[in-house]
Amino acid sequence: MAENLITEEMKAAIGRESEPSTNEVDKTGIRMFARSVGHTDQVFYDEDEAKRRGYRGLLAPPHYLGTPIFNPKYSDPTFGGRRGGMREFNTGLKRRLNGGTEMEYFGDICAGDTLTVSSHIADIAQREGGIGTMLITTTETTYKNQLGQVVAKSRGTGIQY
Amino acid sequence: MTTAAATGNKVYFEDVEVGQEIPKLVKNPSTQQLVHWAAGSGDFYQIHYDQDFARSTGLNGIIVHGALKHAFLGQLLWDWVAPSGGTIKKWGVSYRGMDYPAQEMTCRGVITGKRQEHGENLVDLEIWTENPSGQKTSPGTATVSLPKRG
Repeated sequence: MAENLITEEMKAAIGRESEPSTNEVDKTGIRMFARSVGHTDQVFYDEDEAKRRGYRGLLAPPHYLGTPIFNPKYSDPTFGGRRGGMREFNTGLKRRLNGGTEMEYFGDICAGDTLTVSSHIADIAQREGGIGTMLITTTETTYKNQLGQVVAKSRGTGIQY
Repeated sequence: MTTAAATGNKVYFEDVEVGQEIPKLVKNPSTQQLVHWAAGSGDFYQIHYDQDFARSTGLNGIIVHGALKHAFLGQLLWDWVAPSGGTIKKWGVSYRGMDYPAQEMTCRGVITGKRQEHGENLVDLEIWTENPSGQKTSPGTATVSLPKRG
């Protein structure tokens, strides 16, 4: 049995809500994201088409929940979001993989929206696998728009090994 | 490169049945697309564009971002529901197997349930990405909302 990598400090972090941060949803970000996936629906590119279909502006494509405001003072240089969460713990595990993603929508997200984002670690588990000892962290995130409506929730599973 | 699933056909709640497969979306992400995704998503982890770095972590080479596979499945669902004015309610997958660039990845979905809740017509699906050997590299589930005819 490998040593237990889950410290008391990590356990104490489970359920603790992060300081809110901001994701901006703008036209450039939407088009860049839609292009990167290979979307062809004009609702992500053409404002007239988006308005014709009843949206306030370009629609954010599935999975795009805005871009975290980048600032070297507090952003992660590789992933762009706020530093924090599991990245703050020195686990000795240097490699990481994405274990899974779940998203749920409660409203439309359009260009011009500003989303307030807060998250917490829901669970940390240690497992032995083909790639060695893994720390598996589940993070839950809530996205609220400028009108105070919760428009999306996401759940991500991160694997450190 | 994409073989578009976007048939433009309008799909309504009455039209769908449990067991039906929705139109497939075939992707073939190039390394260029992974770089686009890095910029679009903000994830610049080097295992997705630096061959030497990827190998140094024990991988066989550059791998496709898990989140891009989730976004591809989002495109699969969107192209199916959008023509009739439907929406995606939720979708989630586990990344069970690596996918590599310049390889075909087929995004698929099969209807597993139909229900009405809070005035919405919901359709549940099993969704997944499939590699050229037919392995489900990202299995999961989804729920979409479809309008009714008339």
